[in-house]
Amino acid sequence: MELHTIWFVIVAFFWVGFFVLEGFDFGVGVLHTIVGRSDIERRVALNTIGPWWDGNEVWLIVAGAGMFAAFPLWYATMFSALYLALLLVLFALMARGVAFEFKGKRDSERWRTTWKWCTTLGSLLIPLLLGVGLGDLLVGLPINSNHDYTGDFWNLLTPYGLMTGITLVGLCLLHGATFLKLRTTDELRERSRAVARPLGWAAIVLVIGWVIWTRNIAGGADVPGPVEVLAVIAAIAAARGAVSDYDGWAFTASAVAIAATVGSIFIDLYPNVMISSTNSRYNLTVNHAASGHYALTVMTVVAVIFLPLVLIYQGWSFHVFHGRITAPPVTPGSADGPVLPRTPPKPDAAGGPVRAAPQS
Amino acid sequence: MSNELARAQFATTSIYHFLFVPVTIGLAFLVALLQTAYYRDERPELKRLTKFFGTLLLINVAVGVVTGLVQEFEFGMNWSEYSRFVGDVFGAPLAMEGLAAFFLESTFIGLWIFGWDRLPKRVHLACIWMVALGSMLSAMFILAANSWMQHPVGYVMNSHGQPELNNIWALFTNPTFLWGYVHVILASLVTGSLVMLAVCAWHLRKGSEVAGFHTAAKLSVLVLLPVIMLQMFVGNKLGEIETKYQPVKIAAAEAQWENCQPCSFSAFQIGGGKNDETPSQIIEIPHLLSFLATGTFNGAVVGLNQLQKEDEQKYGRGQSYIPNVFIQYWSMRVMAYLGSLIALLALWGGWLLHRGRLDRSKWFLRISLFAVVTPFLMNTAGWLLTENGRQPWIVQGLMKTVNANSPSVSSTDIWISLIAFLLVYIAMGAADLVLMLHYSRKQLDDGQDEEPDTSKPGATTIPALTY
Repeated sequence: MELHTIWFVIVAFFWVGFFVLEGFDFGVGVLHTIVGRSDIERRVALNTIGPWWDGNEVWLIVAGAGMFAAFPLWYATMFSALYLALLLVLFALMARGVAFEFKGKRDSERWRTTWKWCTTLGSLLIPLLLGVGLGDLLVGLPINSNHDYTGDFWNLLTPYGLMTGITLVGLCLLHGATFLKLRTTDELRERSRAVARPLGWAAIVLVIGWVIWTRNIAGGADVPGPVEVLAVIAAIAAARGAVSDYDGWAFTASAVAIAATVGSIFIDLYPNVMISSTNSRYNLTVNHAASGHYALTVMTVVAVIFLPLVLIYQGWSFHVFHGRITAPPVTPGSADGPVLPRTPPKPDAAGGPVRAAPQS
Repeated sequence: MSNELARAQFATTSIYHFLFVPVTIGLAFLVALLQTAYYRDERPELKRLTKFFGTLLLINVAVGVVTGLVQEFEFGMNWSEYSRFVGDVFGAPLAMEGLAAFFLESTFIGLWIFGWDRLPKRVHLACIWMVALGSMLSAMFILAANSWMQHPVGYVMNSHGQPELNNIWALFTNPTFLWGYVHVILASLVTGSLVMLAVCAWHLRKGSEVAGFHTAAKLSVLVLLPVIMLQMFVGNKLGEIETKYQPVKIAAAEAQWENCQPCSFSAFQIGGGKNDETPSQIIEIPHLLSFLATGTFNGAVVGLNQLQKEDEQKYGRGQSYIPNVFIQYWSMRVMAYLGSLIALLALWGGWLLHRGRLDRSKWFLRISLFAVVTPFLMNTAGWLLTENGRQPWIVQGLMKTVNANSPSVSSTDIWISLIAFLLVYIAMGAADLVLMLHYSRKQLDDGQDEEPDTSKPGATTIPALTY
């Protein structure tokens, strides 16, 4: 296999990995307000992804940086074409990323509500817009002979792109529900199961519709390829599993469904990396968009060394925090009351009495 | 127009990003030191300090990480011509940064936050060191990329007239990189220790938790003093390197229009804008510029007028190859003067430390409190000096900034994004400041929540309410 094909696979791998890992983070981000009725339950729901979401998000950065290094023309054309869409993605990433860290740090209802919405909307918007972007790669955007995008923001919202975005949102929500069900107990788990039922049906319909649409716009055979079939089967299995007691299998199935869906976009794309709807001669191809042989060789060596390391320590991190999280017992009658502070309330340092450091 | 707007946006977002980066690098290192001290002698006060400054670190990291995402995307979004032209060389260190540094930092920060009382102590300590290492590695890769823009090495021009990487080691042995990287790491340690010192000074002045914050104040002075001394030397050395590879940058920083030998350094000047070649220079220090630029007291510095002529011969007439002299001159001085003041403060602190009076010197504590703004001014001035000094080039000698922006992105698009960035960054900065001030003034954790509660049925040691 040629180096640029290997790098196409690596870039696709990072996009797939991003959606598989951050996909459930998005799902949890949206669903935590639905399965969590009290502030404590919402916090527990968010803490199911607490140790991991940050590392999961890096998959997107590396997907982007990998495109920059291995396919500068692809990176340049795609990122400048999707300018306003990516701007929204950036703001959503910011709002959401800061929200995790900031939300619990002030005891104010307004403060928490603001960050709660940042988490929810951010988690919804990112997969939607990135899905639109990935769909656009395949359906084609107006790109001229210099590989510059000639449309405006509204031209980005192609019907197929929107369908891809909505499908990915649906899969992320189902993925988040199977994840929550796997990671929680009691009421949180039951509510995750309840919410997974309609989400499962929606995901099945969306994936089937998306596969049919993809067969109509992408080249190749009219019958779905094996990966697309896998996406449909996995979506059905995840939807079925999500209402059963096989939490682990349901989560595995939703992970496969999302991986197969994102993966099949890249399979259909190859050997192109971006389609020009202006003229197929302006399509960007793997061959044309790639860096030189030396740069790709260097990057391959770097990937061979660091990728296994990353997988090992990220895997270890998942192992360390595996298991279910239980909401702490709440005193009766205060389920919707103020948040239980992590530490007992103390006099404020600014105005409170001065305390000596405890002896030990 | 869209080119200027894209520049304004990149400058705004990167300066903002770099308010948080040095705090992250500096504090991560200091928190790791605190935790190491706790690991070695188990004084609970050290654990409480680790958690206290760890919280400040995390608040800061949150903004640092998300504003870093912007930088990563902006090359493609706003500078597509640049990305196409240099991606073969410039993309590699960026991708390496993601693979080798971001993953490390982000994964281990999660392990560190949630791993208290769950991971073995030694492993948990290793996690914070991995975070510190990750943040420093990240700076390394991005500095290697940036130094290539200042002094391109390790490439050949290919048949399309574009630079193509042919020696990756050259990027990491680039003298501009080696000295620039050390300069940035030291600046980050200065920033981190001044932040820590200011927080301690606030508490010591209030008389709250004197024992704990005295310990942290000692640590910050112990780090600050050698680091700022070393920084004076390294900054000076970096000036020499830049005089060699980017003579215009340093000549502009001194507003030196004519050749000179030996050259004096002006402490202040009045005038000296774009069309003013004879500003009134106040307090001239003989031989100092020669020393700063060349390392010898009688070295020659080539003036801007001659450099312009040389560049015209090399790159063509009809354009100025001189950056904005006003920005160069003053950013250089802001950095150098504030750095000198901080060196004095560090010496004072060292003396007080030696006499065992660090916690009681009223004036030192008061000044230390206000000194916390200086690293941010110095860091910003340093980047203005180095990035503005490269203009009109985006890659020195290879590509001009004016040709580098995205043709498909209109000025309307950038107006929208620029205004949106300003609004979001102000809101995020305000939230960050509120939290930083709030958590800086808190008491140390009293340690009551230390032990995980496993007595109740169904309880778990997996942290459920950390966020």
